[in-house]
Amino acid sequence: MATRDTTEPTNQSGVSTDEVVDWKTKLRYFLNSDFVRSSPYWGIPFILMGIAVYGGIGYNIVISFTDYSGLQPPSFSGLDLEMYRTALASGAFREAAVNNFVLLVSFTVISLILGLFLAILLDHGIRYKNKVQTIYLLPMALSFVVTAQLWLWMFNPDSGVLTVIVTTFGFDPIDWLGNPRLALPAVIFALVWQFSGYAMVVYLAGLQSIPDDQFEAAKVDGASTIRTYLRIIVPQLKESSVSAAVVLMVFALKAFTFLYSLVGQYRPPNGTDILATLMVRQAFKFGKWAYGAAIATMLLLLALSVIAPYLAYQYRQGSL
Amino acid sequence: MSQSTSRSPIDVESLVENFNYRRVGKYALVVLFLGFFLVPLETGIMTALKTNSAIARSLPFAPPAGEGFTLTNLEYAFSQLTNSFVNSLLMAVPATLLNVLLASMAAYGLTMVSWRGQIAVFALFLVGVFVPYQAVLVPLSQFWNNMFPLARMLEPLFAAIPFLQGGHSRLVPLTITHVAYGIPICTVLFRSYYKSLPNSLVEAAKIDGASITKIYRRIVLPLSLPMFGVVFIYQFTQIYNEFLFSFTLITGSNHPAAPVTLILPAIGSSTEGIDFGIRMSAAFLAALPTIILYVAFAEQFAKGLRTESG
Repeated sequence: MATRDTTEPTNQSGVSTDEVVDWKTKLRYFLNSDFVRSSPYWGIPFILMGIAVYGGIGYNIVISFTDYSGLQPPSFSGLDLEMYRTALASGAFREAAVNNFVLLVSFTVISLILGLFLAILLDHGIRYKNKVQTIYLLPMALSFVVTAQLWLWMFNPDSGVLTVIVTTFGFDPIDWLGNPRLALPAVIFALVWQFSGYAMVVYLAGLQSIPDDQFEAAKVDGASTIRTYLRIIVPQLKESSVSAAVVLMVFALKAFTFLYSLVGQYRPPNGTDILATLMVRQAFKFGKWAYGAAIATMLLLLALSVIAPYLAYQYRQGSL
Repeated sequence: MSQSTSRSPIDVESLVENFNYRRVGKYALVVLFLGFFLVPLETGIMTALKTNSAIARSLPFAPPAGEGFTLTNLEYAFSQLTNSFVNSLLMAVPATLLNVLLASMAAYGLTMVSWRGQIAVFALFLVGVFVPYQAVLVPLSQFWNNMFPLARMLEPLFAAIPFLQGGHSRLVPLTITHVAYGIPICTVLFRSYYKSLPNSLVEAAKIDGASITKIYRRIVLPLSLPMFGVVFIYQFTQIYNEFLFSFTLITGSNHPAAPVTLILPAIGSSTEGIDFGIRMSAAFLAALPTIILYVAFAEQFAKGLRTESG
């Protein structure tokens, strides 16, 4: 106490120089800190990605408030929510939103169930497991553009494989994609074909992390295989389910390419119009840029409503 | 004694029977699903090899027989796709290389070096993985067409390059776009790998006074070579298969710079309908590079997918 008291007056004169030194050292420390030193590494990709993703989203939202259409440059005076009102009032938008929702939910749920089933099947000491897994996952490596062509042929009402199957059972050939009530289920079927392998891979990784003695214990207790899975194993796969579901939903939101490639034009088969196809058609075919931007913003909100809880969950789990 | 010995064979037998029954059922299911996943592909390939009359008469999945066999469809499809194969590679290879390099750098700066707030920055990368690209399409076409018409600026340069036309300059903005939007997923893949690496090597190098750049070049880069392979294969497949950005920035399947995916939905269609022999040939040829990569590196591909889900 006493020593500090005595030194204080002498220091007072040097306060200003001290502060300068402090500021300089602080700057030097800052420049030498890991944050600054590592910034070229993460900063350059971050700026590029940030401009593309967040700059793009921001500008898209701004455009959605204008009346921008056709070849005139956008005017940014008089921003309003008119495009959103128009969209919400339009029947085409509502139909696309409903289709989008149906596609999102049923595709994700069916893919998860099929993926879980395949994972359990392969987890049971199947020989050539890796080769089988490779084949189940093969459709995933193909472009939407390619799989759309394959399924266009599968669904062909004259001589597609599904028509052959239907007619061998004595039914009339069905125009799957031409019938507005069957087109969406047909598209969902094709997408499940392409992506259930993905759910399988995620579940297989999850199953492998569950110790074998849990199976043994359940067996000793006399539980049947199905009961063991339903009661003991599946609840432990919650994390796999969540992450697979999120990625599958994102795939479903990207189904635009599949739908466009089926017909090679802006208008997908009747009854399969989703927000993504509606948005691209309004913007790039009719030049209603602001309207398209507004639909895209709502699509983004839909995607964020799936992703945000997932990221929060991951963050709480500490696995981010 | 005698009772137990007489009983045990019966037990074993019933066990074996049960075992076989279940095994057969299991393998039957495995084969059934092999069919489910392969039939569309097999049908496509068989159709590609058939004449039009054979397509109309035979079962779609049956192999071509006798006079029904032809290679003309494949040849025609190949002649239609040759240029676009070159375009796809001109775009996908540089884009993937840049992508992988930038993503590895980003993941290094966000994982191996620790500073406050890096989780928040990483979260911004992570959201970028999930953003539906429709949400940036209008700004994207605005940017490359009106605000910064790079393709138009580079057109004379590309016109001077042999084998290329001025229109190929549109591949440059397309490549940059792919790099920018590919960074998030590749960073996520690299980050999960770097987090699994033991920290001791980097710590030791830090204590020895190695700079951040030195640690990256001497330690992290050599260690991440296998991951470079995984991410390269994964991202190359993604970019090669991509359609939406090409569709927005190149527009029109008859543009000289159109990549494979842009041309495919238009091949073999006429006013009378679609010629499925040609269409399936084109689909098969377009898918061939990714199928070859996939079969050769299936393990890496699956690994990339598993890490994507976190």
